[in-house]
Amino acid sequence: MAHIQLKNITKKFGAHTALRNLDLDIADGEFFVLLGETGAGKTTTLRLIAGLEKPDEGQIFIDGADVADWSAAERDVALVLQQYSLYPRYTVRENLEFPLKPKIRRIEPAEIKTRVDRVAKTLRIEHLLDRKTDRLSGGEMQRVSIGRAIVRKPRVFLMDEPLSALDAKLREALRTELKNIQMTLGQTFLFVTHDQIEAMSMGDKVGVLNHGRLVQTGTPQEIYNNPRDTFVASFVGSPPMNLLDGKLVSGRAVMNPINFELPYAAAARNTDGRALTFGIRPEDVFLQAGAPVEARVHDVENHGVEKILTLRVGDATLRATVPAQTSVAIEDAVRFAWNENKVVLFDKSTGVSLRHSA
Amino acid sequence: MAAVTTTTERSLNKLAIVAVLIVTVIFLAPIYWIASTAFKPRNLATTVPPTVVFTPEISPFVKLFTKRSQLRTAPTPEEYAAAPWWERLVFDGGEKVVRSGRGEVQWSGYPNRFMNSLIVAISSTILAVGMGTFTAYGFSRFKVKGEQDLLFFILSTRMLPPVVVAIPMFLMYRAVGLNDTHWGLIILYTAFNLSFSVWLMKGFMDEIPKEYEEAALVDGYTRIQAFFKVVLPEAATGIAATAVFCFITAWNEYAFALIMTNRRAQTAPPFIPSQVGSGLPDWTVIAAGTFLFLLPVAIFTFLLRNHLLRGMSFGAIRK
Repeated sequence: MAHIQLKNITKKFGAHTALRNLDLDIADGEFFVLLGETGAGKTTTLRLIAGLEKPDEGQIFIDGADVADWSAAERDVALVLQQYSLYPRYTVRENLEFPLKPKIRRIEPAEIKTRVDRVAKTLRIEHLLDRKTDRLSGGEMQRVSIGRAIVRKPRVFLMDEPLSALDAKLREALRTELKNIQMTLGQTFLFVTHDQIEAMSMGDKVGVLNHGRLVQTGTPQEIYNNPRDTFVASFVGSPPMNLLDGKLVSGRAVMNPINFELPYAAAARNTDGRALTFGIRPEDVFLQAGAPVEARVHDVENHGVEKILTLRVGDATLRATVPAQTSVAIEDAVRFAWNENKVVLFDKSTGVSLRHSA
Repeated sequence: MAAVTTTTERSLNKLAIVAVLIVTVIFLAPIYWIASTAFKPRNLATTVPPTVVFTPEISPFVKLFTKRSQLRTAPTPEEYAAAPWWERLVFDGGEKVVRSGRGEVQWSGYPNRFMNSLIVAISSTILAVGMGTFTAYGFSRFKVKGEQDLLFFILSTRMLPPVVVAIPMFLMYRAVGLNDTHWGLIILYTAFNLSFSVWLMKGFMDEIPKEYEEAALVDGYTRIQAFFKVVLPEAATGIAATAVFCFITAWNEYAFALIMTNRRAQTAPPFIPSQVGSGLPDWTVIAAGTFLFLLPVAIFTFLLRNHLLRGMSFGAIRK
C-alpha cells in the first residue's frame, strides 16, 4: 500500500531530455495508467520510481518518504515488463520463488511454498509450476510475470506495457484479469502503455505524457470528454477527435480555410473572431436530412455495431460514427450536423482547450 | 526438372563428403603420426618409408617417465629376472633405469613439467576468464568514461607480436625474481589472454538483456547477488567458449616458456623437444610426451563441446 508522489522531476540522457518538470500524484490503491507514445518518457518514469534510474532534478516520495537514497531493493516495488522478466534457466516455481529468496527478506521455506502455491492458484498456473519458462506461451509467461510481482506483496506494482507483446484476444482477457487482481489486492498500480484502449478501460486515473511532459491527468471520462489540448484530443479515442480550424462568428462556427458553417450558440467570452480549433468526437457528428453541411462519403469502415464514416468537405475530412444500419456508399452525398454541447474549443496557436486555460 | 536437381544435389553432396574426408585425413595425419610413433619400438621410429604396421609398445612411455642411462654391458640374467616388467622394456632398449643409492627409481623431468603446464594453464585461464567476465560486465552495463578508447587500448595489447617484448620481459622478470616461477608464467599468460577474454565476454554480456538483472534488483537482490544469480548462469556459454580459447593459448605457449623458465616452473612445450634421451634423440619418447600433452586440451574441449557450439552461434543471431 503506498502513495506515490513525483515532484518536479527532470531526467536527461545526454542531450536528450526524457522528462521535464514532471509532477505526479498517485493515490494509495489507485490503478494509475500512464499513457503516451513511444519515447514520451513513460518507461523512464517507471524506472525512476523503481530506483533503476536517478532523477537529475526533483524528488520522489513513497508514502511521504523521500526515496532518493533508497536502492531498488529497499523501495519494495514490483516490476512487470513486456518481456525478459522471467529467467529462462529456471522453472516457473523457481521464478516465482526468486523474489522471496533475497537475504534481506528472510522468509521461511514453508512460507515461500505457501505463497507460491497461493499465487499459482490465483493465476491458474498450478499445472505449469515445474515447467521451464522457455516452454511457455506468451500469455502463460505474462501470467507468471504478474505472479512474480504479486507473490512478494510489494507496496507498489509497476507495469511496463505488460500486455503489448500478446495477441489481441489474450490481451483483452488479461486486461480484465489484471484489473480484477488489482481490485482484489487493493494495491497501488502504475501501468504504462501506449494503447489508449488499455488506458481507458483499466485506469482509475490516466496521465497523458507527451515528449516528457505530463499533459493531463484525470479519470478516463475527463480525459475523453474534456481533453486539455489537441494532442490529448487526437491521441485518446479511436477514431480520434475531429479537429477543425475556424473561428466563431455570432453564434456560428465558421471553418477555415474550407468554408462551411455549423451552429454554435454557446459562445464563450472573447472568442469572436479568434483563431480556434473545434474539437468534436466522431460519435457527436450525425447524419441528418436537412442538416447544415453537405459532404461526400470518402470511406466506410464497418465495425459491426457501428460504422465509421470518413466525410469529405472540400479538402477537409472528418470522421463520424453512425449506427450499423445506416446505409451509405462511398461517394454518396450526405448532410451532417454536430452535437454542439459536446464541442471542445482549443486555441489554435497554443492548442490548449479554452476550458482549461480559463 | 525436379529429378535433375536432386541428382545434381546428390552428386554435390557426395563430392562434399569426399572433400571433407580428404581435409580430415590431411588434418589428422600429423596427429596419427605422433600417436603411432609414441607406441613404436625405437628402431622403427625413423624408418623411411614410415612403418605403418608394427606391434605397439609401451616402452616409450616408461622411458618418458624415468631417468635412464646407457648400458655398457648387457644386464646379467639375475638382474633381468629381478627387474619389474617395465624395467625390462628399458633393458631391451639397451638402457637401464637410474636408481638412487637406496634403490629408488629416479623420475624424469616430464611429470613435473606436465604438472607445471596444468598449474600454469588452469590458473591463468581462471584468472583471465574471471577478470575478463567482470570487466566485460562493467563495460556492458555501466557508463564508463572513455569506454571506446579503453576497449581499444585493451585490444591494442594484442597488436604487438608477443616475442618482440621477450627480451625486456626477461630482464624485468629477472630483476623482480619472477623468472622460472609459476606465478611468472601465470601473470604473463593472463596478460596475453585478458584482452581477448574481455572482448569476447563483452559480446556475450551485451546479448544478455539487462532486464534480467533489473528484475532481480527490484526484487531485493544487490547488484553483486544479481550478477551471480542471474547474469553468470546466462553467461555460462560465453564463459565456456572463452575458457577453451584461453586454455589452449596458455597450454600451447612455447616461446616465453622457453625464455622465462628452465627447471622449476618449466612447462611441457619447451621440455619435450629437449628430451633427447641418453644418446641420440629418441623420437619415440618425444612422441610419447607430445601425445600425452595433446590429451588435456582434447578432453577439455570435448567436455565443453555443447557450450562451444552454442557459444559460437550465440553472437551471430540477432533479436
